[in-house]
Amino acid sequence: MLSIKNLHASVDDTPILNGIDLEVRPGEVHAIMGPNGSGKSTLANVLAGRDSYTVTQGSVTYKGGDLLALSTEERAREGLFLAFQYPVEIPGVSNIYLLKAAVNAIRKHRGQAELDALDFLKLVKEKLALVQMKDEFLYRSVNEGFSGGEKKRNEILQMAMLEPSLAVLDETDSGLDIDALKVVAEGVNALRSPERSMILVTHYQRLLDYVVPDVVHVLGGGRIVRSGDRTLALELERRGYQWIAASAPAEQPSAAG
Amino acid sequence: MTGTVPVEATAKESLLNARDRCIDQLAGGRVGWVQRMREQGAVRFRERGFPQSTDEDWKYTSVRPIERRAFDCAVSASSALGSGELASFSISGLRSHRLVFVNGYLARDLSQLDGLASGVVVGSLADALDRDPDAVEPYLGRVTPSDMHGFTALNSAFLADGAYVRLGPAARVELPIELVFVATAGDREVAVQPRNLIVAGPDSRATIIERYVALDSSRYLTNALTEVVLERGATLEHCKLQEESSAAYHIAGLFARQAAASRFIAHSVSLGGALVRNDVVDVLDAEGAECTLNGLYLAGGRQHVDNHTQIEHAQPRATSREFYKGVLDDRARAVFHGRIIVRPDAQQSDAQQQNNNLLLSRDAEIDTKPQLEIYADDVKCAHGATVGQLDADAVFYLRSRGVGEREARSLLTYAFAHDVIGRIGEPALRQRLEAVLSDQLLTASAPRESGP
Repeated sequence: MLSIKNLHASVDDTPILNGIDLEVRPGEVHAIMGPNGSGKSTLANVLAGRDSYTVTQGSVTYKGGDLLALSTEERAREGLFLAFQYPVEIPGVSNIYLLKAAVNAIRKHRGQAELDALDFLKLVKEKLALVQMKDEFLYRSVNEGFSGGEKKRNEILQMAMLEPSLAVLDETDSGLDIDALKVVAEGVNALRSPERSMILVTHYQRLLDYVVPDVVHVLGGGRIVRSGDRTLALELERRGYQWIAASAPAEQPSAAG
Repeated sequence: MTGTVPVEATAKESLLNARDRCIDQLAGGRVGWVQRMREQGAVRFRERGFPQSTDEDWKYTSVRPIERRAFDCAVSASSALGSGELASFSISGLRSHRLVFVNGYLARDLSQLDGLASGVVVGSLADALDRDPDAVEPYLGRVTPSDMHGFTALNSAFLADGAYVRLGPAARVELPIELVFVATAGDREVAVQPRNLIVAGPDSRATIIERYVALDSSRYLTNALTEVVLERGATLEHCKLQEESSAAYHIAGLFARQAAASRFIAHSVSLGGALVRNDVVDVLDAEGAECTLNGLYLAGGRQHVDNHTQIEHAQPRATSREFYKGVLDDRARAVFHGRIIVRPDAQQSDAQQQNNNLLLSRDAEIDTKPQLEIYADDVKCAHGATVGQLDADAVFYLRSRGVGEREARSLLTYAFAHDVIGRIGEPALRQRLEAVLSDQLLTASAPRESGP
């Protein structure tokens, strides 16, 4: 699904990623943890193709092709989805309009006909239930005036509508109270499938109590310094990131699921 | 006549000459005070001429293109306009009481005034001046600031026709009153100078739609002046929609005075014209008066659009809200000047002003200037102005959902502009403007049926 090799990236000429290697196979859920400034969000944004992030070295292969050669919208149409750490407010554009524009852009790319209004509405109502959002959400401007929890649920709603092959969730758990976290986690779990891979970027292991990853990676200084199964996250929680910083640089991570 | 004017002729000379030729044909010619008002206008225009860039209020707007041309005056409604042509301007779904003016003069056969409530007069100013000048005298010319500028004087010099709307006490007009000003200059370059007077009696309520449209792409000058008087407790929503020809010069004044507890909501949407200047002056002349001035200007090519607004809090506890937005593309240039004056007596005034501009091209330009003159100490005044490009984060967000970059940008531009249109009360007008915005700003691939 995704193969990252020796990825280096900079933001405003400051190197942030210093040689990331990562293999994600279909159906796998990988958690990427790390202290602030370790490059977690940078990795998520580089994968989505944000302009201000420059790849200086390395490669990213997605579904057998060069991901870095694609524009942001082409990546999305190929099934890559980024759930934003800070979802953007867009006054004047309703949720339902965005969902329809997005779904139809992706369908068009796949050579499918646009959904008619009835089928679209049926689909969106089904997905709304998944994240426990009311119909009225559809008619509000995208994220405008939404609470933190509502914004994150909206990201999961979009993900459910777009049915990505690879979802990258950037600190989707941050700023959520326990109830909202459960709703979001249930939404994510409902979307797990043997064909769909996920990368959960998170600072805390709390989310991983609800969405159990196949592999956990720890990022430090722009590289993966340790990989393991879910017990690694628990150990991190117990011992803190200091423990990783103090330990020797990692051997090349394996992505055994 | 345009073809025979000497090369050194200017707009000023040609207009004063044209006035001499047509003055006897103007309505209300027998009424002394009307004659005096016209004469004063002519004298003042002769003295002041057109505004110059040395005038602070015209610093960013040069009227040289107008000054250099010779204009003929339009004297009566041309019969060139058939009902079929009129239908092309109709706003679909809009039911209204309608007055149609061709080159500034009422076209009776194209107007529609059935079912007006009692206590409501909707007609032409010319008729009112001929039949009942005494009813008009206490209001006409009383709201326009006397030291305004040459264009207002010029309008008074030609004062003859326009819309006259009078709402009696507690009169309610359910349907909007639609005033359509059609320019059909053809091969003559004419000056079209409607003079409108709207008097909203105590506790009356109405919606006025003032539209400027053109039959063709000819060049002409519209120099329109609308005076609005709101008496105690009156509520008036005024929607001005400027869709002049792309070669036209459009100069317009909207001058209002409000009595206690009156509400004035004025929307100004500027789409057409080569050179456009809108002056809005509203005096909140009694306690508890409220006004909302909304504006949207879309300009591309080499269009120049200047919006000057002035809200005067003359008495205590009045409220004003002002919200203007502009979208500028190509080499378009816009000016926004928002003056708010709070007089010493106007304690507990509450004023807010906002002007936001979106520049879609490197060559587009905006000069925005808030000007607060506050002479009272217990007031709430806030203002803000922004000039910028589309929010890069929002563009990225939309693209990350599969929406193409061009479509994402046009969608965000539409949303920016729609923020003003969405505040218009009359649904048919709002929908018409949404369709115009869609056509101008949304790319063909965006889903349209539900709107963003």
